[in-house]
Amino acid sequence: MSAHQSRIGQKRFELLGKPFRRVDARAKVTGQTRFADDLSFPRMAHVKLVRSTAAHANIKHVDCTVAEKMPGVLYILLGDELPVPYGILPVSQDEQTLAIDKVRFVGDPIAAVVALTEDQAHAAALAVKVDYDLLPTIDSVRTALKIPEPRIHDYGDEGNIHKKVSLKFGAVEDGFEQSDLILEDTVFFQGNTHLPIEQHSAVAVPEDEDRITLYSATQTPHYVHRVLARVLQLPASRIRVIACSVGGGFGGKTDPFNHEIVVAYLALKLGRPVKATLTREEVFYCHRGRHPVLMHIRTGFSKDGAMLAQHLRTALDGGGYGSYGVASTFYTGALQTTTYTLPAYRFEAARAFTNKPPCGPKRGHGTPQPRFALEVHLDKAAHKLGIDPAEMRLRNLAPADSVTANWLQLGSIGLGECIEAVVAGSGWKERYGKLPAGRGLGIACGAYLCGAGLPIYWNHMPQSGVQLKLDRSGGVAVFCGQAEIGQGSDSVLAAIVAEVLGISLADVRLCVADTDLTPVDLGSYSSRVTLMVGHAAVQAAERARDMIAKAVGDQLDVPANHLVFAEGRVFQAGDPSAGLDFSDAVIAAEARFGTLGTTGSYIPPRAPGRYRGAGVGPSPTYSYTAAVIETEVDAQTGMYDVKHVWVAHDIGKAINPTLVLGQIEGSVYMGLGEAMMEEQEFRRLPKRLSSALVHKMPSMLEYKSPGFHDMPEITSYLIETNDKNGPFGAKEVGQGPLLPVIPALANAIFDAVGVRVDQVPIHPDLVLKALQAGARGKEARAGPAAFPDIDFGEPIIVDTPEQGGDGRAADDPKARRNSGVGSSAGTMKDRDQALKEKDSASLTTT
Amino acid sequence: MLRLPPLEFRAPRRLEEVVAALTGDDVRLVAGGTDLWPNMKRRHQSAGTVVSLMQVPGLRGIEQAGSELVIGATTSLAAVIRNEELRLRFPALARAVASISSPPLRSMGTLGGNLCVDTRCTYYNQSEEWRCSIDYCLKEEGSICWVATKSPRCWAHSASDSAPILCALGARVKLVGKNGDRLVPVTDLYRDDGIDYLCKQPEEILTEVLIPAESDHDHCHSAFWKLRRRGSIDFAVLSVAAAVWTDEQDAVTRAAIYLGAVGSSPMPVDVTALLGQPLSEELIVETARQARKIATPLDNTDFAAAWRGKMAQTYTHAALNEIAGLPVRCAPPRHGLTVV
Amino acid sequence: MASTLTSSLTTAVLSINGEDRAVVFPVHHTLLEVLREECALTGTKHGCELGECGACAVLVDGEPVLSCLMLAAEASGRTIETVEGLQQDNALHPLQTAFADLGATQCGYCIPGILMVAKGLLVREPDPSDEQIREALAGNLCRCTGYNRIVLAVKWAGAMARGDEWRPADEDFLSTPIPVVSGQ
Repeated sequence: MSAHQSRIGQKRFELLGKPFRRVDARAKVTGQTRFADDLSFPRMAHVKLVRSTAAHANIKHVDCTVAEKMPGVLYILLGDELPVPYGILPVSQDEQTLAIDKVRFVGDPIAAVVALTEDQAHAAALAVKVDYDLLPTIDSVRTALKIPEPRIHDYGDEGNIHKKVSLKFGAVEDGFEQSDLILEDTVFFQGNTHLPIEQHSAVAVPEDEDRITLYSATQTPHYVHRVLARVLQLPASRIRVIACSVGGGFGGKTDPFNHEIVVAYLALKLGRPVKATLTREEVFYCHRGRHPVLMHIRTGFSKDGAMLAQHLRTALDGGGYGSYGVASTFYTGALQTTTYTLPAYRFEAARAFTNKPPCGPKRGHGTPQPRFALEVHLDKAAHKLGIDPAEMRLRNLAPADSVTANWLQLGSIGLGECIEAVVAGSGWKERYGKLPAGRGLGIACGAYLCGAGLPIYWNHMPQSGVQLKLDRSGGVAVFCGQAEIGQGSDSVLAAIVAEVLGISLADVRLCVADTDLTPVDLGSYSSRVTLMVGHAAVQAAERARDMIAKAVGDQLDVPANHLVFAEGRVFQAGDPSAGLDFSDAVIAAEARFGTLGTTGSYIPPRAPGRYRGAGVGPSPTYSYTAAVIETEVDAQTGMYDVKHVWVAHDIGKAINPTLVLGQIEGSVYMGLGEAMMEEQEFRRLPKRLSSALVHKMPSMLEYKSPGFHDMPEITSYLIETNDKNGPFGAKEVGQGPLLPVIPALANAIFDAVGVRVDQVPIHPDLVLKALQAGARGKEARAGPAAFPDIDFGEPIIVDTPEQGGDGRAADDPKARRNSGVGSSAGTMKDRDQALKEKDSASLTTT
Repeated sequence: MLRLPPLEFRAPRRLEEVVAALTGDDVRLVAGGTDLWPNMKRRHQSAGTVVSLMQVPGLRGIEQAGSELVIGATTSLAAVIRNEELRLRFPALARAVASISSPPLRSMGTLGGNLCVDTRCTYYNQSEEWRCSIDYCLKEEGSICWVATKSPRCWAHSASDSAPILCALGARVKLVGKNGDRLVPVTDLYRDDGIDYLCKQPEEILTEVLIPAESDHDHCHSAFWKLRRRGSIDFAVLSVAAAVWTDEQDAVTRAAIYLGAVGSSPMPVDVTALLGQPLSEELIVETARQARKIATPLDNTDFAAAWRGKMAQTYTHAALNEIAGLPVRCAPPRHGLTVV
Repeated sequence: MASTLTSSLTTAVLSINGEDRAVVFPVHHTLLEVLREECALTGTKHGCELGECGACAVLVDGEPVLSCLMLAAEASGRTIETVEGLQQDNALHPLQTAFADLGATQCGYCIPGILMVAKGLLVREPDPSDEQIREALAGNLCRCTGYNRIVLAVKWAGAMARGDEWRPADEDFLSTPIPVVSGQ
């Protein structure tokens, strides 16, 4: 039961929904916030990693003889000392702390030099000589298909294809047959990276012979904790991971990283604190960013614009390791059904290993690419069918609380209101298609998770936990494993507790992201924190409130459920004079119950899908966004300016509207960066001279992220649907608003100059090329020509809810034994019940 | 953190001491440091000793000397833009300098430094480890120019925004060396070679930039167009600096156009078509075609090289139209001249 | 690689935020390293150490400079200002107040550099135009905010410092009211 439904303490929100200064703001504007690299300890030594200069090679020999004698060098660590492999997903434990016999991309760590100063460590690292036996290098999905041997990894679905997916929901062929229009598009979304301004950094401090504390710039201290225990082969109870305030994550700090393990191991070995702070170039090698994805989308439409069937194929360039890639692969198809009704859907995907830094989750994890494909595709369909693109989207909205063809349980859907808001705000009806040559408007939509339904590793425990400590001071300490990465999660956590207890934010103290002291929260990824931590915080705070109410009620002789918690007091509803200050109320409770502490936890409801792969996509609910972009294109050069972005986001309920706006604006910014210029590009040298394969420009200068002069005006609307699945009705905002931005720009460019650039980023030379092709009477388009021939294997066939399916695959022996969608309550009991079914089919991923 | 290698640092107060200190291969001169320090951090330039010019008095400031405007070499780029007289008299120079990098780097970087800035290439401006992974390149430690593997020369591109416009304006620089000083036209300071791009002795120091009065706004129409990805920070991937002198009948008596970033030095465009007649669309079209011919954009910076070549024509056309007061048909660069 | 592995130590008195500090450091260390490592002033951040991101910006003699590209030795005898010196006693500088209240800081990592460049701007130009703010800050990259809120915060801080009552609109805190379309 959430607070606003509670009988106890019914009141208007004091904090929620109002702008308040974020709880970490003062520290951040005064320079007090301690990021990982700001930490320093007596006797601290410094690590520099020696990284591979070969893209794909067997290591013949590592020569440290010169380096180890250099001034200040304490030790040089090689891979064979830490042989246990690891990886974020249980299905891809393919990383090594330091390469033992093989390197898979330029930047793959081979050795770690630890010295008294970073200067000394760097000098010695340059003196470590590595002898390689070079192997053929793979730079794309096409090359991976062409060169199955030698394999980059000795596991995976076949050759250098890491993962293949083939799923079919409903009567796809029938849908196409009944269609009035069948449209096909081949589009490419280039890879890009997070580029947080803070470079990764970790410091380890030995606490005892077998105890270690790691401070790190990580979004996921819990997962780092697990990996350290695994690789260091220490009990998890001897390892403490503290996530410092993270200087920008965007998904780039959600994997456990080599340098984190290295410093932890070396600190224990040398008995002194050890730090590693990466250079900007190394951050590019950590990567885990947006996969380059080539896509083929084919959709059947009725003449009124409804989608009857869709077949989506995606090919992901995964880089050198698994990372979250299996999940990313599923995500390139999973959320395609969440915005518009799609009765029949076929999805095929393949992820290739390539000799580049590993790709992984970046803001929108795996979904911006197919969203781009879908929304540009819809724009083209609307034009072919003579329907206004905004109108076509409105006609086909997925119904709230429905279950999609691929068995996702949707929650509230404010997408219609979002579209109406941006249509009205942008003057769409008066201006779309009618602006002077060179000016154009484009619309697109998106949807995103409010937390992945399943944890990374299969378990029966809460995904989020919160603990409260209250005492006679009147202060409330909140303990939670969540990690503040700039998105404002500390502020959400503190505000929810303060709201439920009716106290000021100043009386709430946070202790977060410390695996020794705080209950587990899985971390800041998949837009899960507001919803999951929020629910856990509500539960913990309500439990505390109930205890206090009981004690105060007894003392004042008032029924507990007549008490209101507000303005730092606990008082009788209708008679504010009859009550106690909050600190006195806590004293009453402490006297009555002894030392006060409460807990809250949250597990998402079980999703209805039961087929293999159904684990990726479910979420307690989904956020929705619509955007209209206005652009001005210069037909002489192909250069364009984004003039204005109107964006409306279904936030459920804004906990703090100012912070919500910040997330929307940041998402629009990052989306525009990807649409206009950002790309993780690689260099090949002429084959006859070299097999090198290097990052083209691992620098802040040459990796183009937009600056102050490159941002348009943004108008943001908040749509509040008060989702029953979110705490106080709240949904996510950190990732969803990025999704529509990229296709909206492509669609706006079409409206401006009539050309399609089916490729991201939309470089001016592509616009010019499409314009010139059009002028020559050819198709006014720039983009990929064809999708490669990939054998995705036999599809798993799943009947849709509409067909009366039960969420299982047709060949699942358990099919239809347990029909219906089942319980979707989020309690531990329901969860236990569900787990008893031992669903072996679900993949456990982000 | 990426750090400098150990070095010795000297900052003499007399120019002769700086000149005297510049002996041997292992010594380098620094002014604002915005080019040298990154290059040394990435280890593609090295020096055991670095000698600073910044403590030498008298090399900073902008003043009129005879008919020339003289800018001291260590005058910061920010000071150049903030000088109102300079902005009025040499607007295209102000625009060019205002387009260099970003404000903090312009308050550190100097005009002399910008004229001498190292040529750039995405195969070269990389860390030691990165360059090792391509077996280095011709410009530093290697034997092949990866931009044009069959070419015997290095194709790193000129990276100075002030150079093309000072070439077009007919400016000169003063070089001070062990054997005294000499004045050299800016056009003679450069050589079209990515490695050996400056025609001066290593121990010669550029101390002054002299711009003739005949090139100021009263006598000459000038324009500067810079192409780059973002509205700040980025080096040019192409720049067009143009200056045109006309007589009472508006006939062009003299013209100079230099392209930046599409060669290892500022590249002069053949302007003979413009001479003797008033500027017209037809003549401008022809001159823009000449620009396209001499631009040699290669795949060693941002944007597609072929498109940069096309843009050399489009931007030259636009810059000349701006000078002629004809409609400029392509979008101007995103940055303006904002004094901060 | 002709360089030796050690370079001489420099002793200097640096004037930082109005306080003189005697420090000893290797001569090849930049102002960034000396501020963070010798003076424990870790408010100044770093994102590239190559002059490409602006995170390490500080004011030297009132001008914005990137501390990663200035030797500490070169800063000797000059006035250095860092984010730690922005506050007056325990009261926030108007820039800090505006950034905090407008949500112009998210992860906060680029913010010290931005605050210092903005301070330099407001000293030179107490009432800057939006274009001047954008240009002054154009060397500072931020990946969280999308910049517009920062521009607004600097404008607001300028107003506060001038005693002007101008402040951002309600919709900058609450979102734009949803437009009502006639005929619907």
